[in-house]
Amino acid sequence: MMRKLQMVAMALLVTAAAGVATAESEGEQRQQIQIEGSNTVGPIMRGFAEAFMEANPNVNVTVKATGSGDGAAALVDGRCDVAAMSRFMRMSEFLKALENDVMPVAHTIAMDGICVVLHPSNPVGELTMDQIKGIYTGDITNWRQLGGVDMQIVPLSRDTNSGTYGVFSNIALDDDRMSSGVEYVASNQQMHQRVSSTQGAIGFVGVGFLDREVKAVRLDGVLPNRRTIATAEYPLVRALYVWTNGYPKLGSMLHRFVAFYLTEAGQDIVEEKGFVPLTNY
Amino acid sequence: MPRNELTMTEGSESAAAAGFDRSLLLTPGRDLAGYLGRGIGWVLLTTVACASVMAVMLIFVFIFKEAWPFLTGGRVMEFFGSTAWYPARDDEFGALSLFAGSAYATAGATLIAGLLGVSAAVFLSDIVPFRIRQILKPVVEILAAIPSVAYGFFALLVVAPWMQDTLGFTTGTNILNVTVMLSIMAVPTVVSIAEDALTAVGRNLREGAYAMGCTRAETLVKVVIPAAHSGIIAAVILGMMRAIGETMLVWMASGNAAQVPSPWWDLSQSVRTVTATIAGEMGETERGGVHYHALFALGLLLLTITFGLNLVSEYFLRRTRRRQGTGG
Repeated sequence: MMRKLQMVAMALLVTAAAGVATAESEGEQRQQIQIEGSNTVGPIMRGFAEAFMEANPNVNVTVKATGSGDGAAALVDGRCDVAAMSRFMRMSEFLKALENDVMPVAHTIAMDGICVVLHPSNPVGELTMDQIKGIYTGDITNWRQLGGVDMQIVPLSRDTNSGTYGVFSNIALDDDRMSSGVEYVASNQQMHQRVSSTQGAIGFVGVGFLDREVKAVRLDGVLPNRRTIATAEYPLVRALYVWTNGYPKLGSMLHRFVAFYLTEAGQDIVEEKGFVPLTNY
Repeated sequence: MPRNELTMTEGSESAAAAGFDRSLLLTPGRDLAGYLGRGIGWVLLTTVACASVMAVMLIFVFIFKEAWPFLTGGRVMEFFGSTAWYPARDDEFGALSLFAGSAYATAGATLIAGLLGVSAAVFLSDIVPFRIRQILKPVVEILAAIPSVAYGFFALLVVAPWMQDTLGFTTGTNILNVTVMLSIMAVPTVVSIAEDALTAVGRNLREGAYAMGCTRAETLVKVVIPAAHSGIIAAVILGMMRAIGETMLVWMASGNAAQVPSPWWDLSQSVRTVTATIAGEMGETERGGVHYHALFALGLLLLTITFGLNLVSEYFLRRTRRRQGTGG
């Protein structure tokens, strides 16, 4: 009995000592990169973090996706190294940062495009932003008013808690209220499904969801594709940013992480998450 | 004497094998362990039982607490009086359109599920041979085990396009779609409970009716169904509760347009229910804002309604049980 206890105690001591030793040796080189911010950019950041940690085992990247505002606040307070934001920093946030001796620098890592789509059988091929606004605010209710056939318009929107809804409502509607007849769906997949099966439908999806089953319309004469979204010729786009305190030292781990979107692996991740990369390998 | 010894040894051997020679007196240690074990078991089980009751109470308290700022915020008149639900930016909280949506979906589903479920229950209990009933009833009950998101996919991928192509509706996610799907979900509940109530009526009443010269149809309509009416009402109410509280299916199948259908009988328009509103908007809303509290007010209302319905169904179920008690 005593021998057994002794052995257990020995084993515990040994493992504890080993634990302390490894913790000490790792503490010297193991680097932390903390990311905080936007829900929209979150998936890209998580993808980057995974790939980056695989390539650099001595770096530990943590991602916290709560909201763009939280990211800005965390960068100002020095609680994170990288703030991910789906909007540009506001003047008030910038001034607060300067007061705290933080100089926010933006890095655009990807573009987010929202494609307005119709049922493939719909003869309407081009809409203006004013017409989009008219449809979603309820002023335009029939495709005949837009040069199409006599058919009621079924406007579809994403749920109000999605980032896509936020951008659409902000750019296309100037934050005006949508009409009460607008139907809401919960995801890009659902939107695609509803539009592809409803003749009078109009909806909007991420660029990753364009295929032959839905028809993307020209907005103000521009068809959405990778090029027009990357260059923002297409009107329904926004840039996705990460922010650092000053420009990171070239070649440092932080610099390499922030520039990860320039690598081929980074481009693949951006595309995989349904956004438009700025590079073209 | 030697003989006696012999039997003793034999006896003690077999007793040892069976464990009979163990002292009947427990050692103090075992005695204490048994006593403590019983005590601990009692305390543990009581705690678990109380915890579930406490959880229900705490849910009530929590929802009421979160809804209180909205109820006292002077917006209650707007809440119950307006149909304009624009919570995100314009801060208009007219929930009437949401109530209308829930009412349409629930009323339609209760009607269909009630008719369908009660007829199916009568069929199972009185018409079909017992052996086939033993197969059919479990099959109906399996319907209740299908997750609601699966029904939602069916509504979205099969029913909605079908309604557009065959019935010519402009939108397939509408009142009719959600009503039909909800009633399919509620049918197993109704069938299961109504069938129990009908079976519980017993042979004596049925045979009495036959002896009086009633036909099978007369027996069913004039004797069995009236005798089981409490249980049938309880079954329909429980089916209704299933329809009111359902979220995922409704969110996918109803279209979620926050409007009161006009004209009121046009079932091809889409509506937005209370449950789908809570599910769809809770994620985005700012914690502690008016919108947040308004969603809790919706939740409180829903909870009150289901709680009331539960009490009513409990009353009817208890009545059937009492009647069975006196009858048997």
